[in-house]
Amino acid sequence: MPTVIVDGQEIEIGADERLNCIEAARRAGVEIPHYCWHPGLSVVASCRMCLIQAGSRNAETGEVSMIPKLVPGCQTPVKDGTVIVTDSDLVRDSRARVEEALLIDHPIDCPICDKAGECLLQDYHFEHGQSERRADIHAFTSRRRDVGPTVTLFVDRCIMCTRCVRFTREVSGTAELMVSARGAKEEIDTFPGFPLENKLAGNVVDLCPVGALGDKDFLYQQRVWFLKKSANVCGGCSAGCSIVTEHNQDTVYRLKPRENPHVNKWWICDEGRYGWHHLHDPSRLVEAGRREADGFTAIEWADVVTQLRDDLKAAGRLAVAVSPQLTVEEAWMLCAVARSIDPEAFLAVGHVPTIGDDESFPGGFTIRGEKVPNRIGVETVLGLFGAVAEDGTVPGWNELLEQAQKDDVKAAWVTAGYPTPDGSWCDEQTAAAFDGLDCLVVQDLFDSPLSARAHWRLPAAGFAERAGTWVNCGHHAQSFEQAIRPPAGVWPEGRLFWNMLGRQGLYDPSGVRQQIAENSAAFAALAGDLPATGVDLRLQQLAPN
Amino acid sequence: MKPNDPGITWLEEKPLGLAERLYLPLFVQGLTTTSRHLVSKKNTVNFPEERPAIGNPLIYRGVHRLNRDEEGRVKCVACFLCATACPAHCIDIVATESPWEDREKYPESFQIDELRCIFCGMCEEACPVDAIELTSLLDLTGKSREEMIFDKEKLLSVYDMTKDAEPMKSAELGGTL
Repeated sequence: MPTVIVDGQEIEIGADERLNCIEAARRAGVEIPHYCWHPGLSVVASCRMCLIQAGSRNAETGEVSMIPKLVPGCQTPVKDGTVIVTDSDLVRDSRARVEEALLIDHPIDCPICDKAGECLLQDYHFEHGQSERRADIHAFTSRRRDVGPTVTLFVDRCIMCTRCVRFTREVSGTAELMVSARGAKEEIDTFPGFPLENKLAGNVVDLCPVGALGDKDFLYQQRVWFLKKSANVCGGCSAGCSIVTEHNQDTVYRLKPRENPHVNKWWICDEGRYGWHHLHDPSRLVEAGRREADGFTAIEWADVVTQLRDDLKAAGRLAVAVSPQLTVEEAWMLCAVARSIDPEAFLAVGHVPTIGDDESFPGGFTIRGEKVPNRIGVETVLGLFGAVAEDGTVPGWNELLEQAQKDDVKAAWVTAGYPTPDGSWCDEQTAAAFDGLDCLVVQDLFDSPLSARAHWRLPAAGFAERAGTWVNCGHHAQSFEQAIRPPAGVWPEGRLFWNMLGRQGLYDPSGVRQQIAENSAAFAALAGDLPATGVDLRLQQLAPN
Repeated sequence: MKPNDPGITWLEEKPLGLAERLYLPLFVQGLTTTSRHLVSKKNTVNFPEERPAIGNPLIYRGVHRLNRDEEGRVKCVACFLCATACPAHCIDIVATESPWEDREKYPESFQIDELRCIFCGMCEEACPVDAIELTSLLDLTGKSREEMIFDKEKLLSVYDMTKDAEPMKSAELGGTL
């Protein structure tokens, strides 16, 4: 195994690994500061913050010979015997000089900068900068320029790391951003008439190590140090990107990508990034209601638990749409509840909205056309309950609509939870298929033509309000935590199903997950604590137990 | 620590001497103190007809004010540092983009719950632009809790009321501008 010596500490790296000094040092627990280098982008070595001393140790004599000048750590690959020195006076002095140079033209308007608190310029200056400033401090307001519909550029805050420019060239493949002028007059800009307008544009804001690129959606909404972070999974499409939900006092303020080499690497699309506004839409359903003569009457959840079961039982044959928005745990419990009410209940996957085809980008990122997060997970759960047609396929929404129109089906339970505030996921014609049922239960975020026909209208939880496991289009399962509490009066689906199953105490998603994993080969990989990046369900099935 | 711990030194009360047992000397001693205060200068004032002396008004920690800049606009840049520093969580700010060319961000709403405030002065310390200051106003009254939540206009009016008597904090007093 090749050995690298970082500040006198020997670490071993894989024989086939191609690491640079920053990555190798990180393995040794040494953080080399850097601005322009990003693992997902090409190397330009322009910021000079990662300058270190490097050399090599002769394998035979053990003699160390160093390169006589500082080298950029991001651009210097390591091999067996590479010696990295990051804590010498020379390196420290160089970092302080770089910081000083960057701050000469920086507006130092941290009090009004949205990046303050998570800014690398702040962090590195605190850690590596010098306490005295030789240039005059002249605080000023940064010039501001819109570079696109979602992103704004604070020109003078920029340190010219060009991460954003490289992102649009290498990952989104749209190349809207460029560097105009040269030397001290360098600026990030767009080509005239071609604003930064692509489906991954929001990522440049995350990439920006300073406060130069601002997200208009988040601008001035909240200071970052007030935000609490929860590891979540995006529900926008079946790609299931790992995200961090940043929230405060049960209000989501922004979503950011979470690094996951198996799914989304470092990126998310704008559709997912801004796809949380429906959570705080005032038109959300927040009350469990039961149809009386004149519309819905509010009903306590404790009564829902008992009376819903009685109503469905009294109606007769039951058909259930298990929404692909539900987690694996919730879907499993819903199926168990349905079968306990009617052992012959017809189970089908709920509506799967699809918009266009999958869209791939040069950087390897793909936005899926299937706009639900857990179709495969729900299908697998239905398989466990034997809800499989003769040809081996799992019945879907269309099969459910057919069933609902049959005479012997008397009751239907449709879980939905689609993030469409206008309720457009279900049109009048589709909803008419449910006319004539004795009992229709609709569980959704918003009113729709379907909920207008319901006998029971129950509110659902949004993606950040539930905990559980989703299985993405590549059979990759990720567990996530609940970020915020749902609005007052809303029980997440899991809590209702848990209580309808007669279980005691609080809903425990991981307990349910263990139970599912123990009882099925398809979900065996979900046993135990899952890594933050998730597990592949298929790979684990092949592994010997 | 238990009562029989060797580290404890137990002290016995001294037995009373003759003078103490006679009671009269102590009686005279107490009466002397009382009479001295009867004739000495009084610190009590007839508030609110009379105002108490408060020392240097520039460093007194009374009711807050929001300062104005040269053009009469609110000086605050809505950085939230006062709200972050506030140990009583009594400051609530809603920030937005400013309508002015030369300013980027300003507070759309700025509220201080004066009943919740503990008048520690941390907001004043934290402010990077000397926008929030504590004045020497000490009689803070209101008829309802709502009335005691001071909004931006109210805080600016406190500035208008006190700006002549108490100029903005100068550099000598630790101000940055």
